[in-house]
Amino acid sequence: MAIEVRIPTILRPYTGGERAVDGTGATVAELVEQLEVDHPGIKERLIDNDVVRRFVNIYVNDEDIRFTGGLATPVADGNTIVILPAVAGGAPS
Amino acid sequence: MLTIDRATQDAIIAHARRDHPDEACGVVAGAIGSDLPTRFIPMINAAMSPTFYEFDSGDLLKLYREMDDNDEEPVVVYHSHTATEAYPSRTDINLAGEPGAHYVLVSTRDGAHESGPVDFRSYRIVDGTVTEEEVQVVDGYTDTALEEAESTEQKAEH
Repeated sequence: MAIEVRIPTILRPYTGGERAVDGTGATVAELVEQLEVDHPGIKERLIDNDVVRRFVNIYVNDEDIRFTGGLATPVADGNTIVILPAVAGGAPS
Repeated sequence: MLTIDRATQDAIIAHARRDHPDEACGVVAGAIGSDLPTRFIPMINAAMSPTFYEFDSGDLLKLYREMDDNDEEPVVVYHSHTATEAYPSRTDINLAGEPGAHYVLVSTRDGAHESGPVDFRSYRIVDGTVTEEEVQVVDGYTDTALEEAESTEQKAEH
């Protein structure tokens, strides 16, 4: 059994249009490294300076990893990872 | 062009007025491929700010899960500007993450109360490029439009 990674519309150009791809790794950080091998360019859209980008949300089994240890959050076969861009914006400052 | 029914447009404007002077935000979901906004979903602005909006990350996950379960997508993503015009800011453009959505901007600058005017405008935001589009307000979606949407959806499934 693999780890299912759900890809948002805006990142599907990296996955050949696939809505979900298989992932491997023991932590989110390792999973992202493997995603980068399989789908080059995707890592930079998710991570900046070794932390998850401010306006990207990554969930492991419905938990936002910001509350579970960030990129060190453990993952295992059978887990579902969901990636969602924040829906955010604001007026001109 | 964005086609939207009057009741949904009114609901977006009412939400923007209610949350003024903070920015209001939400989504109108519709069947995948239909381009018809049918399910109005006001969201809480987790930033509770007059100059910024952001969906709570837990609410965001729940929303996308619901849309997935219903074979829906975010046809409209809306938010209000409360002291400036209804035009996407640099931040709006940088953070726009739904290339298929109609981004609706509402300005309550002059119309926070019933009597005042509220600008209601729609844009496509793709790869940092903003394109304003016409807004067609209809009393309801015609059977033809809904049938066309359904047949598009069926084709998409095959």
